[in-house]
Amino acid sequence: MDLYSLSSGALLIAFILYLVATFFFGGAIRQNKSERHQKTKAGTIGLVITIIGFASQLVYFIARWMLTGHAPVSNLFEFTTFLGMSMIFAFIIIYIYYKTAFLGVFALPLATIIIAYASMFSTGAAPLVPSLQSNWLHIHVTTVALGQGILFISFVAGLMYLIRQIDQTKLTFRNAMLEVVIYCIFLFIGFIAITSIFNAVSYQATFEVERDGQAVMAEYQLPPIAAPKDSTLLSENVMNSWFEAPAWMHGDEAGRKLNTVIWSFFAGTIIYGITFLISRKRIGKRLHPLLKGVKPDMLDEIMYRSVAIGFPVFTLGGLIFAAIWAQLAWGRFWGWDPKEVWALITWFFYAAFLHLRLSRGWHGEKSGWLAVVGFAIIMFNLIVVNLILASLHSYA
Amino acid sequence: MNKIKCECGHINPEGTVLCEACGKPVEGNQHIDGNDGKKLLNMRYDGSARRSQTYQKSIIDKIWSFFSSVKVGVWLIVAALVASIFGTIFPQEQFIPQDAVSRDPAIFYEDRYGIWGLMYYQLGFHHMYSSYWFITLIALIGISLVICSLDRFVPLFRALRNQKPKKHKKFLSRQRLYSESINADDSDIDKLVKGLKNSRYKITEEDGQILAEKGRFSRWGPYVNHIGLIIILIAAILRTTPIMFTEEYMWVREGEQRVIPGTNNQYYIENKDFILETHDQDDERFQEAFLKEEEIASNFQTDIVVYEAKNADVVGAEPELEPILEHSIQMNNPAKFDKYTLYQQGYQLNEFENMSFHIHEADDSEEESLGDFTIDLTNPDSVYELDSGFRVELTNYYPDYIMTENGNPASETDFPRNPAFVVTVYPPGSEEGEVSFLGVGRNIDATGENQYKVAIDDVEFRDVSGIAVSSDRTLPYFFVGAMIFMIGVIQGMYWQHRRVWINKQNDNTLLLAAHTNKNWHGIKRDIEKAVEDTNIKMVKDQQEIDE
Repeated sequence: MDLYSLSSGALLIAFILYLVATFFFGGAIRQNKSERHQKTKAGTIGLVITIIGFASQLVYFIARWMLTGHAPVSNLFEFTTFLGMSMIFAFIIIYIYYKTAFLGVFALPLATIIIAYASMFSTGAAPLVPSLQSNWLHIHVTTVALGQGILFISFVAGLMYLIRQIDQTKLTFRNAMLEVVIYCIFLFIGFIAITSIFNAVSYQATFEVERDGQAVMAEYQLPPIAAPKDSTLLSENVMNSWFEAPAWMHGDEAGRKLNTVIWSFFAGTIIYGITFLISRKRIGKRLHPLLKGVKPDMLDEIMYRSVAIGFPVFTLGGLIFAAIWAQLAWGRFWGWDPKEVWALITWFFYAAFLHLRLSRGWHGEKSGWLAVVGFAIIMFNLIVVNLILASLHSYA
Repeated sequence: MNKIKCECGHINPEGTVLCEACGKPVEGNQHIDGNDGKKLLNMRYDGSARRSQTYQKSIIDKIWSFFSSVKVGVWLIVAALVASIFGTIFPQEQFIPQDAVSRDPAIFYEDRYGIWGLMYYQLGFHHMYSSYWFITLIALIGISLVICSLDRFVPLFRALRNQKPKKHKKFLSRQRLYSESINADDSDIDKLVKGLKNSRYKITEEDGQILAEKGRFSRWGPYVNHIGLIIILIAAILRTTPIMFTEEYMWVREGEQRVIPGTNNQYYIENKDFILETHDQDDERFQEAFLKEEEIASNFQTDIVVYEAKNADVVGAEPELEPILEHSIQMNNPAKFDKYTLYQQGYQLNEFENMSFHIHEADDSEEESLGDFTIDLTNPDSVYELDSGFRVELTNYYPDYIMTENGNPASETDFPRNPAFVVTVYPPGSEEGEVSFLGVGRNIDATGENQYKVAIDDVEFRDVSGIAVSSDRTLPYFFVGAMIFMIGVIQGMYWQHRRVWINKQNDNTLLLAAHTNKNWHGIKRDIEKAVEDTNIKMVKDQQEIDE
């Protein structure tokens, strides 16, 4: 077996194991009160499976490293997969410290969604361009991912806190906003589902776009709802587009990206709708009673602790190491590139979070919302900044 | 200043909430820390007298109070955060792409983003991070950092230095962790002290009253990390001065030796070779990547020699150059000498170096040479005298030839990327010249009656390296600032300041109270271990639910 199939096989196994472990943690959540915060059989099995999954993902990582000659953190697929891996790692650490099986019920599937999301991007290995050929690639990227993985735990705890604590008896602004957060998670699932379906049937539609007097091809892997601006469809037997991407969306890829976003909303909404119909309740309301046995101050503590640990790690990797490397490679340690600015925004945000924790009244629910928003900023930097805003950092 | 004398004899500064020495609540000041009507005392700054809470009359007091508020600090952070977000909606002016219609921001934003782009430009968001109000915002954060820290650090430091093991009962009983034991004797106290010592508490004893304390240094963490940030901000200010930071960009052709800009003619550079390498396209591991991009660069490198001019200060003298450094500059591998660093930042492949021509009779199909000449494209002569007696005058030179919209020839840049010439050929002895237009793939006879024709024989190319020269003396300050910040964060976040007071009353009751700035589980565990097998009661957590 060659290294490539070894690495992708190991990743798939890790993916499946994480999902299996989720069910065991789900079993552990239903234990009675006296056993809570102790090791339980279901929880321990869940942890063991998670660790085996993590080991399997480590095999993926090492095999791919051996294959390409550099740590697999150099494109969007590789980085996002590694981010998922560091989320799992952070979860394992927190579990060992706090013995909190209930955290796994949310942390594992969310991290798994991140890994699945990663696989929707081109999984091919690429050689390193000159600017990336540095040991700082490994140091900077792994530290950033680790910091973000720990901050992810604060998001999970915050989300669980909100689900646990927000009153669901009647529709209010707060539980509607919570539902929006949950809906956003469904959009990821929608993106993953629709991309996998059309990848499986190798769907392709090609447009010809004129750009600076030259014909450029735009390849679609999803049926074109939105076509590129000023384009002609070349493929036969595919759906005709409904409209063209507006002119202010710039770049060869703008039409395709817009189309993907539309499809993600479409598929995500359908999946959310089906889930809603099956549960016959808001998803937040459905999940609310499941968390009844979890102590809210425990969630608050985990949420705060993971910010307290994740913030310095992120500062080190995302700002300090990043600046050192930028100085070496580009001759400037700071250049207001969008990726850098969003790292600074993340830093500002968590700095504000930590200061607010000093004041009374910002613990609990308000902190929970902040933890959710903080992670949304991290995701924005990963997804929107890479795919939409122009950045030097466009490889990942 | 109205000092406050406590009944224990300690003299406290005005505004003190809890006596620095014995902790007795100062009457009339309890509202400051919100202790009125509460069972527990607010111990955040140990009840010390903060300037911002004490003086609020003069304008300076008001400014001080304003900036010392954490709430104001958070709002400033949020404002900087929102401004930063706005700066990323459209590219900043330095990132206007090369292929834009115009790199002039006045045109670019409206052209590409329409009305929103125009607004973005007019609001000045295209240079957000160098705008005065953004810099002001950062400066305000800096001021807030300084005032916040001084307002809290100075009195807290005083209070912790002046604290005495003997505390007032009102202080002890209003701690979150508290217990009273009636039948504890000295051996119990010894055991408790020993237990706390084992947990690495520092014991201070005075007249039989005991304070066990550990991790006080963690209280300084926030101030240490703020010092780090202030150093970074000061470094950023220093960086705007030319003494601390200069940056230049130069193009150096292969084989060329030139002065390095920004070094006061002290240093010269020679470009020996520019190397562009690409990854092997047959590499099976990367086939998928090569489907998308045919060529993926693996190395940009300039082999250089740096010379030092020994007599740079002698006006008019030819510099005496002494090689001081040979280096292959690559990305991630800059060259350093003196206080300068050279970075590989750009390149231009195959720039025309020189072109050679020969003259022949226009109707000669053999094109037999009547004399030849070579034009150095970066340093052309104005007239070429040929051995055969011909004279060629370089009437016009377009290094980077384009035809403008109204049909006139022009040069787009000063770099010889697409050279074209207008030459006038004077045959031997003749005063009347013939005009020809020459370029790559072009040879136009201006009048159509030329007797002689000029033909291109050969072209030589060379590469040009784009190299950034910077001298940045602020880097160590940024680095030290960042390290101090990290140390401060870790110091304040991962250690806790724990104190246990063991006071014996006159009636032999033993009062046990404890405080920590965070992680109450930890301190409870410490005490639990220490009071085991003694007659001392475990402390009770009396936290009020008052949120």
